[in-house]
Amino acid sequence: MSGAGRADRADGLARTRIVDSERWLGRLMLAPAVVYVLALVGVPFLLAIFYGFTNVSVSSARASFVGLATFRRAVEDPAFRTALGNTFLFACISQALVVLLASILATALQKDFRGKWLVRLLILLPWVAPVSLGSIAWLWMFDSIYSVINWTLRFLGFSGWPIWLGQPRLAMSAIITVQVWRTLPLATVILLGGLSSIPQDLHDAAEIDGAGFFRHLFQITLPLILPIQLVALLFGFVFAFTDMIVIYVLTRGGPYDSTQVLASLAFFKGIDGGDLAGGAATALFLLPVLAAVAVLMLRLARRTEVT
Amino acid sequence: MATVETRAIRKEFGDHTAVDCVDLQIREGEFLVLLGPSGCGKTTLLRMIAGLEKQTSGDVVIGGRVVNDLPPRARRIAMVFQSYALYPHLTVEQNIAFPLKAQGADPRTIPASVRQAATTVGIEQLLHRKPRQLSGGERQRVALARAMVRSPDVFLLDEPLSNLDAKLRTLARDELQQFQRRLGTTTIYVTHDQVEAMGLGDRIAVMSAGKVRQLGKPQEVYDDPADTFVAGFLGSPPMNFVERGDGLLGFRPEHLLPKGSYPTTEPLVDLWFRVDRIEHLGADRLLYGALRDIAKDQKVIVSLPSTVHMPAEPGQAYELSIKRRDLRLFDKQTGRRAAAQAEPGPL
Amino acid sequence: MGAGLTARAAGRKLLGFGVVAPFVAFAGFPFLWMLITMFKQTNDLLDPNHNPFLLHAPPTLENLQVLFNDTYFVRWIGNTMFVGVAVVLITLLLAVPAGYSLARLTGSAGEQLAIGVFLTYLVPPTVLFIPLSRIVSALGLQDSVWALVLVYPSFTVPFCTWLLMGFFKVIPADLEEAAMIDGLSRLGAFVKVVLPMSVSGLLTVVIFTFTLVMQEFVYGLTFITTSSNFTISVGVPTFLVRGDVYFWGSLMGACFIASVPIAVLYNSFVDRFIAGFTVGAVKG
Repeated sequence: MSGAGRADRADGLARTRIVDSERWLGRLMLAPAVVYVLALVGVPFLLAIFYGFTNVSVSSARASFVGLATFRRAVEDPAFRTALGNTFLFACISQALVVLLASILATALQKDFRGKWLVRLLILLPWVAPVSLGSIAWLWMFDSIYSVINWTLRFLGFSGWPIWLGQPRLAMSAIITVQVWRTLPLATVILLGGLSSIPQDLHDAAEIDGAGFFRHLFQITLPLILPIQLVALLFGFVFAFTDMIVIYVLTRGGPYDSTQVLASLAFFKGIDGGDLAGGAATALFLLPVLAAVAVLMLRLARRTEVT
Repeated sequence: MATVETRAIRKEFGDHTAVDCVDLQIREGEFLVLLGPSGCGKTTLLRMIAGLEKQTSGDVVIGGRVVNDLPPRARRIAMVFQSYALYPHLTVEQNIAFPLKAQGADPRTIPASVRQAATTVGIEQLLHRKPRQLSGGERQRVALARAMVRSPDVFLLDEPLSNLDAKLRTLARDELQQFQRRLGTTTIYVTHDQVEAMGLGDRIAVMSAGKVRQLGKPQEVYDDPADTFVAGFLGSPPMNFVERGDGLLGFRPEHLLPKGSYPTTEPLVDLWFRVDRIEHLGADRLLYGALRDIAKDQKVIVSLPSTVHMPAEPGQAYELSIKRRDLRLFDKQTGRRAAAQAEPGPL
Repeated sequence: MGAGLTARAAGRKLLGFGVVAPFVAFAGFPFLWMLITMFKQTNDLLDPNHNPFLLHAPPTLENLQVLFNDTYFVRWIGNTMFVGVAVVLITLLLAVPAGYSLARLTGSAGEQLAIGVFLTYLVPPTVLFIPLSRIVSALGLQDSVWALVLVYPSFTVPFCTWLLMGFFKVIPADLEEAAMIDGLSRLGAFVKVVLPMSVSGLLTVVIFTFTLVMQEFVYGLTFITTSSNFTISVGVPTFLVRGDVYFWGSLMGACFIASVPIAVLYNSFVDRFIAGFTVGAVKG
């Protein structure tokens, strides 16, 4: 394509070629990505909606339209309500913790210090490592017989031996812990970016005005990164709301569906159970919440751009 | 109100010396300007006085107290930043109130103090707005109000006018000076603009490469520069320098007038000046050229006010006069002002 | 220099350390645990009376030998590498022009398209994987890594386009305009002026895409059934389990090997990644 540049000069600059026409060039350069994404996201998306209105399954030869029956069946499944509640619980608690902890960590990491490279590597590890592998490590750490966590608790004098993945409340705590462990690095990175975008002048002015450590932190620094905290929160919420890997590896949704979320329920129904329509329908119930979050994020983005 | 002193103050960043052993004594109520090009250390010096930078060695003394170990908030100073540093998430009122709250003032007195400060700078109708809704000039006034509300002993101003439009700047300069005269607070002002410095300062400290080259009243620094740097930095167009023997002869463009039109009986020196190019600037004419008989290849600028009607053409030479006592002699090696006056005799 | 100031500075450093240290421990401990476990002998490992932090028998390479010789681990690494490289290439091919187009060429329509691009990223794989599995088998790609090569760009491209858009916006438009005045076409300016300057952005995209590929689990689990065709992310959790027996030593070895090296690589590029991310996300 670089030959076009030279050909231009030979032709004389009076001719308008595709490579000069900004509108067409822009569309041409954008088109492949748009087409690809539409094909691989848009089409399956519509297909998922379509399946929701049918009774297609792995064994069926053809699908027939059944109206809202599949959706109704999905909702009436007792596991559905539990999964819905669990999904919100899982996403809200884990991300609230993440944003809180990330704010603390990011504030502490602002200054340079010796060994920062290593600290940064260790803090990033949970996010860079493939999720399934990190989760397996936690599976081993939560093991009912050999759990190193329990051994350490016992060593410190604690008398119980919690079966982390075998009891409903504990299992939920366990998966929330792993989700926090794995998404904390990303939130920290986002917040660090936000903190560094506060002009140094503002910090200097606050020092001169006489703000002590806490006033400076709570009245100047934190309010200024509030928009970014919200961004991190929404990002993380969407992530956690639709995620199933941690649950698949650690508990498979058990015990007794206490850690089942909509995403994992959809998976087990559709792939393991072969009920494709039911799985698709279950997963579609994620959408209203996601749409609401998307609207929130757009509004937030518009506001931060205006300032 | 307090005196400010720096004693042998130094700041090094690695192997770069930003401020090199500066001694300053600033009087109570004085408006002192730190003037110099970017990188000369003036802002670093200001920040050390504020306590935002820790000096490598030397002392900062405010009101007779050595404040080296005191954080900024304990030094009873206020600062106006080039960017104004207004808290974007607070209203104008909250911005101005912030220092009072931070220092634990009685909450009942705060609204009145804020209102008084706002009225002094003329922004009392903007109290409920946020900084992003204000113009540059308005933001600058908010910054001033925030600075004065605590009645500090010293104001520190870091190029507060440089973000304003040129037209606004002259007006703002006037208001700023009236403001300081009214409050009578000791003020240290940093700028690279020599017009601002001359207009505002009671005294000017001209700085270059971390050192103070000269400290004095504006007219002193202008008329009796201590070295070629000061002579060249002040005045627009800058002083002309011409080699003469093993020294440098300096004279200002505006001190040359057509021979015969100088209304004085003081001793004059006559010089032939060849014009190469003329700029008509409205109030003045700038003649670019060179002296015809001495230092023929060195560029000289002459500035004639529009009230002097000397016809000038490029390529022609004209005879001009300058008062002998307006000639300055500088050492060619060091740039420092030679003690002796320019001697009479052929040039 | 006063004692007051240095004491305060030292106190603040200690506080900083006190805050950061627990986080570092929390983040890094599982990996330390992987490291210890993979060198432990199995009878030491599975003895509940032993202090798990200590090695009661000399460290062994047996777990690693089992991993490399008796499992498909090496195959999985190969599969993952293959998918990674292929997806990186496709992503670069699609996202680089798209990012440039959105940054420079499409004005306000571009802003909306950019938001649209970003929104597709929000559609979760858990909604798409069922229909996608049908599409994949309709194309005859079931149980093949090519299915992954086809599908992965659907989530790497939107995010990388958005990232690159941010990167390209930071490059001053003056440079391209100067090149165009000098005789280059807009496309020529892009190739000869902008791209060379965006190397760090491109590298960030490469690393980020590769990491996303390595991490992906749901599609890998859904589309592929034969154990030899798995990627590491799917193979390790599902295969190294015989019935109810987990081969922990080998498992932890696999986890460690597949996590830490790429994290070290990632850490080297993180500064540029942060810059790209915040440029795109938040206008400070």
